[in-house]
Amino acid sequence: MGKGTQMGFIARRGRGATVLTGAALGALTLAGCSSDSAEPAASGSDSGSDTATEAPAELTPVSVQLQWLTQAQFACYYAAADQGFYEEEGLEVEILPGAVDIVPIDVLTSGGADFAISWVPKVLGAIEQGAAVTNVAQIFERSGTMQVAFADSGIESAADLAGKSVGSWGYGNEWELIAGMQASGVTLGDLDGGSTVQQAFDMNAFIAGDIDAAQAMTYNEYAQVLETENPETGELYTADDLVVIDWNDEGTAMLQDAIWADSERLASDEAYAETTTAFIKGTIKGCVFAKDDPQAAADIVTAAGSTLGTSHQLWMANEVNKLIFPSTSGVGHINEDQWEQTVGLALETVNPEGATIITADPPETAYSNEYVDAALAELADEGVDTMGEGFEPIEVTLNPGGE
Amino acid sequence: MRGDRIRGVLWGLAGVLAAMALWEGYKALAPADGIVIGELTVLPRTTDIAMPHIWDMVARLFDPVTRAAGADVLWWAVLQAAAFSLGIAALGWLIGVVSGMVLALLMQRWLTAESAVLPWVVLSQTVPLIAIAPLVKRWGTAIHIGSFEWENWMSVAVIASYLAFFPVAVSALRGLKSPHAADVDLFRAYAAGWWTGIVRLRLPSAVPYLLPALRLAAANAVVGTIVAEVSIGLGGGVGRMIIEFAATASGDPAKTWAPIFGAMLIGLVSAGLVSLIGLGLGRFRRGEAPA
Repeated sequence: MGKGTQMGFIARRGRGATVLTGAALGALTLAGCSSDSAEPAASGSDSGSDTATEAPAELTPVSVQLQWLTQAQFACYYAAADQGFYEEEGLEVEILPGAVDIVPIDVLTSGGADFAISWVPKVLGAIEQGAAVTNVAQIFERSGTMQVAFADSGIESAADLAGKSVGSWGYGNEWELIAGMQASGVTLGDLDGGSTVQQAFDMNAFIAGDIDAAQAMTYNEYAQVLETENPETGELYTADDLVVIDWNDEGTAMLQDAIWADSERLASDEAYAETTTAFIKGTIKGCVFAKDDPQAAADIVTAAGSTLGTSHQLWMANEVNKLIFPSTSGVGHINEDQWEQTVGLALETVNPEGATIITADPPETAYSNEYVDAALAELADEGVDTMGEGFEPIEVTLNPGGE
Repeated sequence: MRGDRIRGVLWGLAGVLAAMALWEGYKALAPADGIVIGELTVLPRTTDIAMPHIWDMVARLFDPVTRAAGADVLWWAVLQAAAFSLGIAALGWLIGVVSGMVLALLMQRWLTAESAVLPWVVLSQTVPLIAIAPLVKRWGTAIHIGSFEWENWMSVAVIASYLAFFPVAVSALRGLKSPHAADVDLFRAYAAGWWTGIVRLRLPSAVPYLLPALRLAAANAVVGTIVAEVSIGLGGGVGRMIIEFAATASGDPAKTWAPIFGAMLIGLVSAGLVSLIGLGLGRFRRGEAPA
């Protein structure tokens, strides 16, 4: 670069260029700001933040952190918000959808939410590491996790998993699988590849045959398989094409979706304790609503920003109902035998690194029926059936791709 | 000049057509199980689940997202999501460029600052995004200043800027130090101040270093935005759409590709926008230095 020319253009053009650069940056700034400030507001319904606006002053604002994206798994909460059940209890509830790296209990303990939805075994580990949280309502009484294989794979029970390639999502979703194998005398080392195979968010690896037995939720991935065309028949796969290992039947089911509250606030903050009861009460009403009208519940969840196909959403709402109803002792009540089974398995089950979920019994504060029982008593006074004794699931026909 | 432009467009189109031909050609010719060496699959399966036909993917764009009443047509939903992500990426890029420039100026001004800051700048890029994303979100939600409340999309913009500032800081520093000693001496002889030297000499000669860095920063901002959306769960953008549509990967495989097209579109648009800046600074481009 010649010195003379450089000096020359700086002298002549320096100012012009500076102005030009400034203008370009300024324009970009404006473009960036305007599009950014406008669009999140417009799409606010997606993140659930729209519920936070324009509430009557007397409603208590409450936020709940879900463990995954908006879907009918959380129909209780979305139905309760949509049907005004929370409002009846004096609450303005903001539902925060989860994501890949969001750990609900971390959000709860850091004050990012008032309540969190999470599986019990995942939280037991966090409690042992010092998280002061309490299970205040066990919304799902049954486990929705199973292991799915094709009917011709020769897999019929957990004992048959030896030598097969077995999929799992990991991150604490694998405990029932490992416990079930352990109960049948199969270790991780017995599996094809010496451990479980990391499974993606879809079932492609299972359908392609890379995974012999894939982890699946009754309400989600199992349906994904049934929404896929079987290339041999040209029709969708049917339940007859599949074998299912259900951990409820194998005796290694662990408690899943529960409402967790901050133990310290429960003890010290009376208003929070009252809010907890009110939140549980509204949620149970939402569950009852979803039980009585799964189609309406599925539509509410879709309207709240889920892009799942309509038949898939309805399937999910119906399967989730089965995990809740019929209820043994009222929706949300934590049954001691199930809690003990979950804790027992958490103490005994050894993961690939050789560790158990917990090494000692959890503290007394790990669960409490105080709030849910208060909510159930109030609901009984109002004549709400929280047992669902005569519950009959509906028949859902899945369409290709869940449409 | 006009002939060049037309030729450029034609070559671009040819590239797209070649990619499409490669896709369909491989799908037609390779075995359904992909190309397997020993036990290892080296090239993907060619089934309709793994590689849908291009025409299926395009046709899917013109169907509604779901059969729910009032559902948008897929291409429109993807376009909206892409615009949303692009907006956040642009903000992240801007924050990244400004902070990168400020850091570079600091490091150019004080040698101590360079020794103190540069290792941290480099180190910052070795921290994985998935570790940072939840932290940024958590710190953000703790911020309440008056009526201002930290929103999720701001966390995503900050994470995008975290990836975007790095190439700018490093390249700008190189660019600011690039003038010849004789030029620097001349400024000194005229008793020009530090600021004059920056504005009249160092910034202009940094332009050839900065332009590639700005492009890199744009690419980083886009990737950062999409990954952060997935990571912390911001709804409305392409990243979240990719995760949501994964549920139909087997049953409706063409649908899962729609947000990926959206991500490609964001990349193209952002690269185009940044090259516009280059046009404005044409007088300072004397052969670009590689970033």
